[in-house]
Amino acid sequence: MLKRLLTIALMVALAASFFPLMSSIRDRADVGPLAAEYLEDGASDLGAANLVTAVVVTYRGLDTLGEVTVLFAAAAGIALVFQFIRRNREGDAVGQPMEGCGWEELPCRIEASEILKTASGILLPLFLMFGVYIFTHGHLTPGGGFQGGVVIASAILLAFLAGSIRELRHSMVEILEMLAGAGYVAIGLLGIWLAAGFLDPRFLPAGEFGALFSAGAIPVIYSLVGIKVGSELSGVIDVMRRKA
Amino acid sequence: MITQIMIVIASVLMLLGVWGLLSRRHLIKIILGFTLLDTGIHVLLVAIGYRRGGTAPIFDGDLSPAEALARAVDPVPSALVLTAIVIGLAVTALMLSYAVKMFQHKRSLMIDRNKELKW
Repeated sequence: MLKRLLTIALMVALAASFFPLMSSIRDRADVGPLAAEYLEDGASDLGAANLVTAVVVTYRGLDTLGEVTVLFAAAAGIALVFQFIRRNREGDAVGQPMEGCGWEELPCRIEASEILKTASGILLPLFLMFGVYIFTHGHLTPGGGFQGGVVIASAILLAFLAGSIRELRHSMVEILEMLAGAGYVAIGLLGIWLAAGFLDPRFLPAGEFGALFSAGAIPVIYSLVGIKVGSELSGVIDVMRRKA
Repeated sequence: MITQIMIVIASVLMLLGVWGLLSRRHLIKIILGFTLLDTGIHVLLVAIGYRRGGTAPIFDGDLSPAEALARAVDPVPSALVLTAIVIGLAVTALMLSYAVKMFQHKRSLMIDRNKELKW
């Protein structure tokens, strides 16, 4: 009872703290000085048609490197959590998956339906191609490495659900992820050597504005991020499938 | 006007999320509350970047680089939210793996069954 009252009091306090923001804010007529600079010089500076990508990959590129690191830490944490085996006093492992996956009457793996199997055959290549499209066009259209990587990982999930692949070769996924991550940092370091600073993409030619091969190294960086995120999340799906 | 509407939506989402975190006992529902809170924060950040009559800061046939300063919205909150969504995904995946692990140990996802967490 007391807990419920405290919860309600906290909710009311939170709502009251949001109220000044709601009542005082109006649609802004102009953007702040930092955004104005990005909007004015971003296109001519970097040649990227998508300014959000320019901010994510270049102006705040170090944050994105940190973001990739957080994602890696989470994936490593998930692998670690699932590897942990608790033993009781007799030394037998407890808390491991049982037959029937907890609810004893349900089978652990249900065979995929005919619809899912047939549809996945048509959809899988399209899914993969769409993921690659999203991350290679990150500097032109709404999209980028993270979105494309997630689409690729969802294709892998679909393949697992439909039973078209039974096992993900772990070493291959890990090597792919490692190479993409190392490539990202290497391109960042090339920026120091050949251009103005860390993660500066301007050491490659800017190209024609709005073309696929433009904006310097931004598409290369986003493709590497896409490969890294895709393989990382596929690895997470595989770990959850094997151990859970 | 649009900013205000979006901030109202964001506040409702955040309040629902906090309420879910505090009042639910089922671990999956607590995680859902967390993701609602997360989504509310994303909507709030994007709303703050909006400007009157603004459009996405992506150059194509409708928006030329010359008129970006006059018409495009602030790209910085959008970039921030892009980062926040990915971090939110990673945190949610980690929480769900804890939930799976807890279910394997306790055969239950209700947090009051887990006496070891109480003191």
